[in-house]
Amino acid sequence: MQLNGCRSFRSMLGSPDISLANNAYWGIPSRRWDANAWKRQSSSAEQLPVLMSLFGGEMSLLRSPLQPPSPGFSFDLTERNAVLGRLLEGSPPPRPVKTGTTISGMVFRDGVVLGADTRATSGDVVADKMCAKIHRISANMYCCGAGTAADTQKTTDLLASNLALFSLNSQRAPRVLMAASILQDTLYRYGGQIGAHLILGGVDYSGAHLYTVGPYGSVDKLPFVSMGSGSMAALGILEDRYKPNMEVEEAKVLVRDSVQAGIMGDLGSGSNVDLCVITAQAVDYIRPYQESQYTNGRNRKYKYPPGTTALLSEKVVPLRMELVTEAVQRMETH
Amino acid sequence: MAVTFDGGVIIGSDSRATRGGEEVSSKTINKLVQVHQRIFCCMAGSLADAQAVLKTASFQLNLHSVQMEAPPRVIAAASLLRKLCYHNKDELQAGFITAGWDPQKGPQVYVVSLGGMLISQPFTIAGSGSTYIYGYTDAKYRPHMTREEGLQFVTNALALAMGRDNVSGGVAHLVVITEEGAEHVVIPGNKLPKFHDE
Repeated sequence: MQLNGCRSFRSMLGSPDISLANNAYWGIPSRRWDANAWKRQSSSAEQLPVLMSLFGGEMSLLRSPLQPPSPGFSFDLTERNAVLGRLLEGSPPPRPVKTGTTISGMVFRDGVVLGADTRATSGDVVADKMCAKIHRISANMYCCGAGTAADTQKTTDLLASNLALFSLNSQRAPRVLMAASILQDTLYRYGGQIGAHLILGGVDYSGAHLYTVGPYGSVDKLPFVSMGSGSMAALGILEDRYKPNMEVEEAKVLVRDSVQAGIMGDLGSGSNVDLCVITAQAVDYIRPYQESQYTNGRNRKYKYPPGTTALLSEKVVPLRMELVTEAVQRMETH
Repeated sequence: MAVTFDGGVIIGSDSRATRGGEEVSSKTINKLVQVHQRIFCCMAGSLADAQAVLKTASFQLNLHSVQMEAPPRVIAAASLLRKLCYHNKDELQAGFITAGWDPQKGPQVYVVSLGGMLISQPFTIAGSGSTYIYGYTDAKYRPHMTREEGLQFVTNALALAMGRDNVSGGVAHLVVITEEGAEHVVIPGNKLPKFHDE
């Protein structure tokens, strides 16, 4: 990675005169490469600049969405990270929540079925037992995400927003190929630093499609696929029983079995199985399709009856609202 | 690999993509990408880098062809790839074989290596499995082969390389490009010729 002023290959992909496709996204938020960010990082942190840098990074993401993506990496948040590192001096930094995961998907006769487990781990601890790993991209497309939980959520949210803007601007339903291309360009631009291993499936006018996008930006179009730490276990089931043009119930059972293989065979996957069945007519998001057999019920009652805490006095203050103005504004509807 | 024959060019590849040399991430990946009607490119190296470079190059090639109001020359496609690979050699890990047919010079094969070298050859092999078939291809290549001889040559060479190299395998993708157009042939692994494999 070149840290001087030269434009790198990845930065070239974002610039408008080289890739018209990027302009057509209509709104991947700009991330700017700032040559001075590295110099500022080494200066001492005073109280006021700390707060500004804490929010300054986030503010850059709230710029107008209707700008073409700027080239290069964004180092806006390096100052904030350096400050946080100094605040946490001595104690280990917080580990990112990863989804040690089993996600899988397959194309059947009428559409695609996507499946995922629901365990999110942070090191050796299960951080979330009911994590949702199948993200909605648009009415006809859903995306499963494995890897770093924040990265998959943010990447799919950005994709969903940009496709919604595209739909509104062009009056067209987006194709699955377009979503895969956008994911590819975004992830490639960050050179693998965004740990998102995605399975994108959907039905558009040209049929049912299933793509897998890797964190470095490689795309593969396949009839069945699995990703995540439990992918090898899931792939064994899919390889054995997959046939083209299966019926919907058989396909749901196959995907459930593949995710179950990951849940049983991989420590990073567990809890429930979520399924999402996408056809040209409808989307069936089944959460959970199968509940974990290993949950403990709660052993105690955690609700306290009214009166457990003694009531000493009661004072009721009615909030009086005055009607100040009333206005009727007509909407222009034809 | 790619080889010229009488009237056209055949470009072929295997279909295996691995992750870290240990796990096969895809058994059926198509490494032959069509950048224009009669120009195909074969990718080697990092899949993400190669796909990104090819997307950029095929856009630029299309724009160039619209500006010239003529189908692009094969050398133009190869030059675009070479420019991208050479000027970004610090970040990219991708090599290409470009093969195609144009009206000016007929069938041509160009190879763009990792660092951005561009040369034209009557036939060329590349990739990790190519080391095992240098002898075979040098011995068996003849100029002005017929289409069937060319197909047999490429199929045999791919089968031999896939048989010896662990990171090559799957099916054999072949594309025959002539003046009439491009024809994609897929040979499944079990239909490849066997060489003392029993």
